Amino acid sequence: MSSARAQLARMLALVPYLQRREAVPLEEVARDLGVSADQVVRDLNVLWFCGLPGLGMGDLIEVDMDALDGEGVVRVSNADYLSRPLRLRADEASALLVALQTLRATTPADQHGVIDSVIGKIAAAAEDGGAHADQVAVQVADAGAEVEVRDRLERALADRRQVRLTYHVPSRDEVTERVVDPLGLLVHDGRAYLRAWCHLAGGERRFRLDRVRAAVVLGSTVSSPRPDAGASPAELDEAIFTPAPEAGTARLLLAGPARWVADYVPHEGARETDEGLEVTLRVGDPRWLERLVLQCAPHARVLEPTTVARRVRELAAASLELYGPA
Amino acid sequence: MASDEKTERLLNLLITLLVSRTYVTKDRLRAVIEGYRDLDDAAFEKKFERDKDELRALGVPIEIGSHEPYFDDAVGYRVRPDAFALPDIELTADEAAVVGLAARVWQHAGLAARTGDALRKLTAAGVEVDRSALDIAQPRLDATEPAFADLWDATQRRMPVTFAYRRSGAAEASARTVRPWGLVSSQGRWYLAGFDVDRDDTRIFRLSRIEGAVRRAGRPGSFTVPDDLDLRSLTRTLLPTEPVAEARLLVRPGAGLGLRARASEVRAATGATPPGEWEELRVPYAREDALVDEVLSYGPVVVVRDPESARAAVVRRLTSVVEGPA
Repeated sequence: MSSARAQLARMLALVPYLQRREAVPLEEVARDLGVSADQVVRDLNVLWFCGLPGLGMGDLIEVDMDALDGEGVVRVSNADYLSRPLRLRADEASALLVALQTLRATTPADQHGVIDSVIGKIAAAAEDGGAHADQVAVQVADAGAEVEVRDRLERALADRRQVRLTYHVPSRDEVTERVVDPLGLLVHDGRAYLRAWCHLAGGERRFRLDRVRAAVVLGSTVSSPRPDAGASPAELDEAIFTPAPEAGTARLLLAGPARWVADYVPHEGARETDEGLEVTLRVGDPRWLERLVLQCAPHARVLEPTTVARRVRELAAASLELYGPA
Repeated sequence: MASDEKTERLLNLLITLLVSRTYVTKDRLRAVIEGYRDLDDAAFEKKFERDKDELRALGVPIEIGSHEPYFDDAVGYRVRPDAFALPDIELTADEAAVVGLAARVWQHAGLAARTGDALRKLTAAGVEVDRSALDIAQPRLDATEPAFADLWDATQRRMPVTFAYRRSGAAEASARTVRPWGLVSSQGRWYLAGFDVDRDDTRIFRLSRIEGAVRRAGRPGSFTVPDDLDLRSLTRTLLPTEPVAEARLLVRPGAGLGLRARASEVRAATGATPPGEWEELRVPYAREDALVDEVLSYGPVVVVRDPESARAAVVRRLTSVVEGPA
């Protein structure tokens, strides 16, 4: 977008915003409109020269620069023709409506009423009546049981209670019981997760809600530090979707039917070789890698670490033996 | 700065068109707007055309018309205030909180910016958007596929596109020309649904398999989306399908938890089994190859009894691993 166009877009919100108010502190303007204070001042300096043009002096919008310099408040007048913002463009409305639909899909049914009401109002205010938003659909992997689990976890979060989780760990083919201090719920890549301090592991872990077999809210209050203390949610999200530092590096060779792995599994790089696609990835639990390679057998091969490569062959040989002599 | 002058000129042009009850002729605009006054004919034409495009790109509805239909030179421009302005919109406190949550859904920078623009307009219209709303399960909607931004635009503007697409497992990408009907996010991945012009049929494309740039292959608005397009049902085809058959599997006691979770029956194994203790599970499945993949992933704790074809596939694939390159 050209910088003039972006500036004009900001002004077309700034002017009606200010006209609804008497005088607003600069910082408040910046916060409400999601723009930096410096930018607001730069925009006001341009606005000062605008207005209804005429062959004479015209009729300019009045920006009270004395009030801005003196008291740090913004006051604008003589701009009645811009008392309302520009209507929502189709693509802006679509972005917001798709976000609302996503929110709806991950929210318990008792909150659907209020979300549906917002969706109706936003669509009505959009250039296209919200029609373009129908061209985007978000499917959230979610099941009834998962919604119930989320409900309980939300209550535990609100009451700062500990939870006993029965959790399925597919990479170890295990269901484990553990007491956790819930820290937050989030959705990443279409899946819902609980972020929690795990007393079994003695560290922060994330748990996929679709793998929670049972969640019992306990009478005990959480014993770990207050959630999110000192770190922004963005930093925390980043941290939990980044492999642990103790994770090792593995190299995999993927032939034809196993090439999908490169599309599905987060990796650090892929390069085409004569034998197939070679990907490098970080692996926390070697058992996870063993299972992945067996699942793709024989089209995925572990190049590194050799201990895992050997283990995969041993497992394959042991499995084959169970089918009896050929 | 040149950019400031341009913003000034664009805003003055907009205000002139907005306050006039009649169509404003080009000559009149040239006379009253300072930025146009000193230009020669050609330079004025060029600048005026560009300015109109800039305003339209922001979503300003500029109408062309005339009050004197028999005189071409009386053609003029105007912006009707009711078409320009955001209609009245009032949100309850709960609804404003929902909008605040929705504002945090998009992680994709471009879409987050559009949501931000929409929120700024709502704020300017007097809606008190609550950005500090309750920390309930926050869905995150991201799009890491490079093709996403261009395809979002193409879909919203109904603009045909062309791109190189590599089908799953295929080595080479092939050129596709598509009328983009809609975008679908399923299990955290984005898909494009549209009409493949060369193949003369509806197709679904995974965005991560699009290689290189997405180019426009037609004008905006040059096709219509079928009225009966149901993205949600199309999405269902992307999700796991209904089971069609049942397999009988031998599983070690306490193992194969993922299989047990959806087994229709678990009982003590009878007849000839490999050495050791086994249980027999009846497990419904939709696709035999997916079942075989899953069985392989468990290693020597799961054995296929039947169907025979699945049993043979497991044996064949394990043999390849054992006899294959180390």
